[in-house]
Amino acid sequence: MTPFLELRRVSVQLGRFTLEVDAGFGPGWTALFGPSGAGKTTLLEVVAGLRRPEAGHVMMNGVVLFDSDARVHLPPHRRGIGYVPQDLALFPHLSVRANLEYGRSTASESTLFERVVERLEIDGLLSQRPGALSGGEKQRVALARALLAAPALLMLDEPLTGLDAPLRERILPFLQRVRDEFRVPTLYVTHNPGEVMTLCEHVVVMEAGRVKTEGGARDLFIPSDTPTWRLRDDTQGG
Amino acid sequence: MLLDWPAIELSLGAALLAVAINLGPGVALAWLLARRSWPGKAVVETIVTLPLVLPPVATGLILLEWLGRRGWIGHWLHAANFEIVFTWRAVVAAMAVMSFPFVVRNARVALEGVSRRVEQVAATLGASPWRVAWTVTLPLARRGIIAGAVMAFARALGEFGATILVAGNIPGSTTTISTSIYTDILLGHDAEADALIAVSIGFAFAAILLSELLLRERQS
Repeated sequence: MTPFLELRRVSVQLGRFTLEVDAGFGPGWTALFGPSGAGKTTLLEVVAGLRRPEAGHVMMNGVVLFDSDARVHLPPHRRGIGYVPQDLALFPHLSVRANLEYGRSTASESTLFERVVERLEIDGLLSQRPGALSGGEKQRVALARALLAAPALLMLDEPLTGLDAPLRERILPFLQRVRDEFRVPTLYVTHNPGEVMTLCEHVVVMEAGRVKTEGGARDLFIPSDTPTWRLRDDTQGG
Repeated sequence: MLLDWPAIELSLGAALLAVAINLGPGVALAWLLARRSWPGKAVVETIVTLPLVLPPVATGLILLEWLGRRGWIGHWLHAANFEIVFTWRAVVAAMAVMSFPFVVRNARVALEGVSRRVEQVAATLGASPWRVAWTVTLPLARRGIIAGAVMAFARALGEFGATILVAGNIPGSTTTISTSIYTDILLGHDAEADALIAVSIGFAFAAILLSELLLRERQS
């Protein structure tokens, strides 16, 4: 089966940091796993079209997004990729409703709005400004805003990092709900093995700007000092 | 009459017009300086800032040479029957050039304060660069841009050196608050000068207060 998203010989030079990636991603939820500085966010930026690689080829669902040889670089607003950055980047000057409607495509079914708002339980927040929301509410609004643009691919950059444990526990079910009900192919960036095991079937492990290994979540991780998981020792150099 | 009303009217009208003329190009240039890197950027930045530090009479003399009938801009305008030098238009031109740096510098700081991430996410939501600028960047930088425009307006009201060279000091035609004060002092009309000085202080105070309030609210 051809992958949903393909990055071939993609290289990005960022000062002294080099990202060199050759990977394919399936249509489900794939974790981009690795320590900070591994290049996970840079990879998302390349896929979203926010950063132009020096070389390589990026293709999604049969559409060429970037090709250095053919000088193709589809701008971000034509890619149809929902991106939720770690700081969420809600529009502070717009109401929650206006945030949600910002990327809402006219072609998308009118019931999608009601469905997303209902499933993420944000119907009571629509008239508020993002500044008045709690951390968990902001997360759900950012997620809803991305979903409402009816993206072909969703990219979530460490949505649970920096949240305290009780809040993480409250948001996790919403992520599972999004995964199971909206069925959008998703890249999920994290450095938490527990999140990988809960949310993703496939993992791409990154380290120092390269893909170290990839495979099924259950194949790559083994239970360690419960309740966490750790990467198997034999994944070195894959 | 104690107050030189024609001078007050001309100063306010010309300053408003100068800021209005500056706002579009000033914000566009500020955006290019804040968001793009291009060859010659440092040179353009320096030229924009020059009127802030040059003696205003020097700027006025340059304007006089450029806008006069034999000047490289002026001779085209003269051919089109559009006279600038020693008319009210010259007052506007002097004020516009002298206040331009305030518009650009404040707008640039305001635009640089807008999060790149927020703009990028707007783009991933399908917004074209124009739509991002109109619906995200400009609204978020609005306060700083307006504060800069208010400061530019205040600077334009106080303009003297460039104005007197390029527009002269023709009562009822090109005399502004500043040049009227100058005439009053030369002629020993102290009461008239004091009245205009009081008016100037009032305008300047209001403008600076307004711009401070705008910037403070932005920070909170």
